Amino acid sequence: MKARAFDYVRVSTIDDALAACARASGDFCYLAGGQSVVPSLSLRLQAPQLVIDISRIKEMRGIALIDGALRIGALTRHAEMLISPEIARHAPLLRLAAPHIAHPAIRNKGTIGGSIALADPAAEFPAVVLALDAELEIAGPDGRRRAKADGFFKGIYETGLEPGEILTAIIVPQFGENDRCAFDELARRHGDYALVGCAIQGRFAGNDVEAIRIAFLSAGPTQKRARNAEVVITGHRLSPKTIADAQSALELDLDPTEDEQTTATMRLHLARVLLGRVLGQFSCDSPRGGGRA
Amino acid sequence: MSVLASVSITVNGQVVQALVEPRTSLADFLRNDLGLTGTHLGCEMGVCGACLVLLEDRAVHACLMYAVQAHGLGVETIEGLSERRAIADLQQAFHERNALQCGFCTPGVLVTAYELLSNGACPSRAEIRDALSGNYCRCTGYEAIVDAIGQVARGRAKVPNTPAGCKIGSDTDETVS
Amino acid sequence: MSLSPHKPDSPNALIGRSVARPNAKRLLAGRGRYVTDIQLPRMLHAAFVRSPYAHANIVSIDTSCAATMRGVCLVATGEDLAKLCKPWVGTLDHFAGMKSPPQLPLAVGKVVWAGQAVVAVVAGTRAQAEDAIEHVAIEFEELEPVIDIDAARAIDATLINPDLGSNVAFHAKIESGNVEDAFRDAAAVIEKAYLFGRHTAVTLEPRAIIADYDPTEERLTVHHSTQTPYQFQDLYSRHYGLREARVRVVAPDVGGSFGMKLHVYHEDMAVVGLSIMSGRPVKFVADRIESFVSDIHARDHRIKARIAVEADGIIRGMDVDDVTAVGPFSTYPRTSVVEGNQVVRLIGAPYRFRNYRANLDVVFQNKVQTSQYRAVGHPIAFAVTEALVDSAARKLGIDPFEMRRRNIVTQDMYPYTSPTGYKFERLSHEACLDKLHALMDYPRLRREQAEFRRRGIHRGIGIAMFVEITNPSPAFYGVGGARISAQDGAVVKVTPSGEVHCLISVGEHGQGTETIVGQIIAEQLGIPMDAVRVFTGDTDITPHGGANWACRGAGIGGETALQAGRALKRNLLAVAAIILQARLEDLDMRDGEVVDAATGIPRISLAEIARICYFRSDTLPRDVTPQLSVAHHYSPKGYPFAFTNGVQACHVEVDVETGFVKILKVWVVEDCGRIINPMLVEEQVRGGVVQGLGAAFFEECLYSDNGQLRNGSLADYLVPMAGEMPDIEIAHVETPTLDTELGAKGCGEAGTAAASAAAMNAVNDAIAPLGVSVSQIPMTPQRLLRVLGYA
Repeated sequence: MKARAFDYVRVSTIDDALAACARASGDFCYLAGGQSVVPSLSLRLQAPQLVIDISRIKEMRGIALIDGALRIGALTRHAEMLISPEIARHAPLLRLAAPHIAHPAIRNKGTIGGSIALADPAAEFPAVVLALDAELEIAGPDGRRRAKADGFFKGIYETGLEPGEILTAIIVPQFGENDRCAFDELARRHGDYALVGCAIQGRFAGNDVEAIRIAFLSAGPTQKRARNAEVVITGHRLSPKTIADAQSALELDLDPTEDEQTTATMRLHLARVLLGRVLGQFSCDSPRGGGRA
Repeated sequence: MSVLASVSITVNGQVVQALVEPRTSLADFLRNDLGLTGTHLGCEMGVCGACLVLLEDRAVHACLMYAVQAHGLGVETIEGLSERRAIADLQQAFHERNALQCGFCTPGVLVTAYELLSNGACPSRAEIRDALSGNYCRCTGYEAIVDAIGQVARGRAKVPNTPAGCKIGSDTDETVS
Repeated sequence: MSLSPHKPDSPNALIGRSVARPNAKRLLAGRGRYVTDIQLPRMLHAAFVRSPYAHANIVSIDTSCAATMRGVCLVATGEDLAKLCKPWVGTLDHFAGMKSPPQLPLAVGKVVWAGQAVVAVVAGTRAQAEDAIEHVAIEFEELEPVIDIDAARAIDATLINPDLGSNVAFHAKIESGNVEDAFRDAAAVIEKAYLFGRHTAVTLEPRAIIADYDPTEERLTVHHSTQTPYQFQDLYSRHYGLREARVRVVAPDVGGSFGMKLHVYHEDMAVVGLSIMSGRPVKFVADRIESFVSDIHARDHRIKARIAVEADGIIRGMDVDDVTAVGPFSTYPRTSVVEGNQVVRLIGAPYRFRNYRANLDVVFQNKVQTSQYRAVGHPIAFAVTEALVDSAARKLGIDPFEMRRRNIVTQDMYPYTSPTGYKFERLSHEACLDKLHALMDYPRLRREQAEFRRRGIHRGIGIAMFVEITNPSPAFYGVGGARISAQDGAVVKVTPSGEVHCLISVGEHGQGTETIVGQIIAEQLGIPMDAVRVFTGDTDITPHGGANWACRGAGIGGETALQAGRALKRNLLAVAAIILQARLEDLDMRDGEVVDAATGIPRISLAEIARICYFRSDTLPRDVTPQLSVAHHYSPKGYPFAFTNGVQACHVEVDVETGFVKILKVWVVEDCGRIINPMLVEEQVRGGVVQGLGAAFFEECLYSDNGQLRNGSLADYLVPMAGEMPDIEIAHVETPTLDTELGAKGCGEAGTAAASAAAMNAVNDAIAPLGVSVSQIPMTPQRLLRVLGYA
């Protein structure tokens, strides 16, 4: 399990990264936290001729509230989500999801940008940014752009990133007074990729759910919002009937896949059970972030 | 054949300069080039925890990074932690409680324990088990490891080995009402 | 000279004490020395091109491109190594009629499982060897793979080994009493099919070997992560035609073994040949992906079984059909049929019914070989037995404890011979059941369970009894023609300062062998533990012996140490008697001194005796030549095996909506005879239980229809981790074997033997109110959801 030989360049700015990419004569890949890239190179599942180390780009670091939105540098490590006061205050859903990501040492190195750019269908943060209605800040050979998280995840390991583009930051709308969120997943063991996971963020008006975004992970080829379930819930209070209707709606929302762990039918069943449980934690009475953290 | 990269890494407090193939993992570099064989390889994909080392005092998998990525940074291995007596209490508790058998997972487990307890934390048994969720041990069944870490946490907190002060060991996961 | 275990307060007493392992400090400091750590001068690294197909002919191999790659020193094919290595056949004479084809290090002509090594590349670094294997071109012609157990036995089945005439490796039948009558007149009969998936050992240190052949002396040194260095000394010598005395096998620190590291692996045999071919040390460390497709797997049984009971719960008989699939051939040199054989011979072992019938079929299939792994056959045998007993109890409305009390072999029945021919010297089922009942506070748990059920929470309690085979005599392998020793040897010698070295043939893999041997030697000689240094695992240094398998280290190795220590003590007292002009029988040894046995008054120190003997032998009488080194061998001569026993309980909570199971707690009461070190026994049991729980809930090698292992990585194959494992409470009953002076039996497999059985019973107890049950392990969420009607 040793990687094929490659050349390595470490860059300190986004522009340098893009320049290195422009100069690359063959296959290349970006390396940030490396927690998924390195094993895939070790297994020789990919064998780039050039590895561009972007992990020390300062402008891709840091968490700051700018113009009412939280800008989270793409190199922010999973572990930072657990201790950052800004995250706890303005994007608590990230705080709720982070403990579910792998193990402490992976969280010390893995980055949110890497997780989103890789788009493993079982990863937590892609579902979270969908639920958060986040925007993604992207730099590429053709300049800088922003993309909505909605529509970014296109398939297994497939995103809206064009060749050479780098995800540089995640922009999250500030958490409002009446906002609530919840996250949970069903994983065989602590830190395993979940059989199914669910992230919810929404806003209450009194006891009624004024708006809600529900996103699933491990429930199909890519992270996906459960739009029919959202419609069922929006404008209603979370009664057992509303929850049951939302659970039923998942059949239309999800396209569960089959793997070693479970069949598609069972995955849909588990998604329904999980939705019921996560909605149980998503309540106007709960502290600002419900769910198991 | 790729271009060799020049690295300068502070390993266990000493600056090490070397030319490495970029594809050389930090684990292979530590083990093969520096003879620091206390860092073990069990899966080479970041799942078993046998290769945990400290990078800038945070536990990371040495199999999940290349030596070149550590350029300019500080790496500490089980050998370094042992020699500066940073984990002497953990090592003693592990020894007395027999919290290891074959010993192959042990350096990684100790790195996890070092980080878990580094901020003066007084974790519960469930929290210790959760912190160990990335450390595979085939021999012990984990209980002795949890016991030993809990004992050290209590010792560092200067709390008597009773459940009263620090909550370690008092919580069983069995909530009976 | 009496054995102090009987009086633990005696001055020298170390047997029975929880002494911490002296050698563990090294491992805690990262100073372990595993084969993976060793680098020899001019050492090369091997990597293997593996078959992508489960069953295929090899049409052509082109190594020309690989051979010219940077760093590559040698590329070898199956034909190349076949010129050096004699083939091996994994059969033993005492398994009458068993068949297996000859094997060679690398595939010749044909591959029989996906992952089989076909071509070896030896290069300066492992990375270079991996670079080169990508450039070996092999053309295969796919054959129909035999994957399914039924397909293997079909009349028109593709034959994996056409020369053998069928895909059946072994067949055995046991018939005892009158099974037909027992079932005809029974008050109740329960019949079920049980499925046990394949799992594998996943030692954290993978298989690792360095072969170093020195052509100038025709000497082979092999550093090998193995349990059985002597066995491999014999095998390397015979299969490569080397003088046995010039083959040295060293097992340094071993990072886990569990039965997996005592079989012949093709790559390991190849590495010896590659070193002979290159004249340089060659290292092979299986990476984790290679481990999954080349380490032995275990289990893989499909069992149909039925039990007949009286209305009062008395078992009338059992009837069992076990089909197990073992891979494309039988493993060498211990075979792949031992597990099935032990399954059918252990079923029902705790109980006293006499009507028993079993049918065993061992079949070939195109998957990696299976063979002995921790608790060989036991988990299967007791899962089936205990599931049947629980089912019968449930049907008759009898409490599981009571059901077992009514059926166990009781104290008045020993020595007892089971219907399958196993001879039990003395077991302690009643005492273990009583102790477990109290330990777990069974009545409270049942009350609590009822309370939880009212709230819709499904908790379950499962009990499982077990009997374990330990201390095997030559009846295990030797009688079948295997050159696998059932005896052990030790050399005990005094250093000039009066300290003691013990060189012994049982090895240390973290279970604490060196510690207990040290305890035993120190106690015999009346010296402190830290004055004893124990050496293991080097065929050039330690006497020939069986080493580590089948729970023999404490019982046989321990007795070897005890007898060797006593022999040395006799020698020391003899010379002390001469020096002191005292009567030998008036002397004893305590605290490093020869003392007056009656008063304990010190007469002369061991150091002084050693000084006189080594440096001033001129002061001793002419006819006295003190023997301060003793070589001693011990072989079990009484019962063919020392059986142990115990009972486990498992407490679980089943989430009936998701099929997830939370393991709340496990209790074990075990009887391994004389306990040398309670802490080490308990940690063996805990580790064993967790391996059993892994099998019960998580671990399974999943194959596709065409024979590809689908989850062959540590990310996909789920081993038990800390977060899901429970605390495990342990208590002991001590029934020493009278076959030895030490009285110790084995304990390493007790935990694994019944953990999955107790777990399955616990899950079934939890879901019984829903009218369903599970009879397959691992009990995954998907399988539980299926029985719960969600699919």
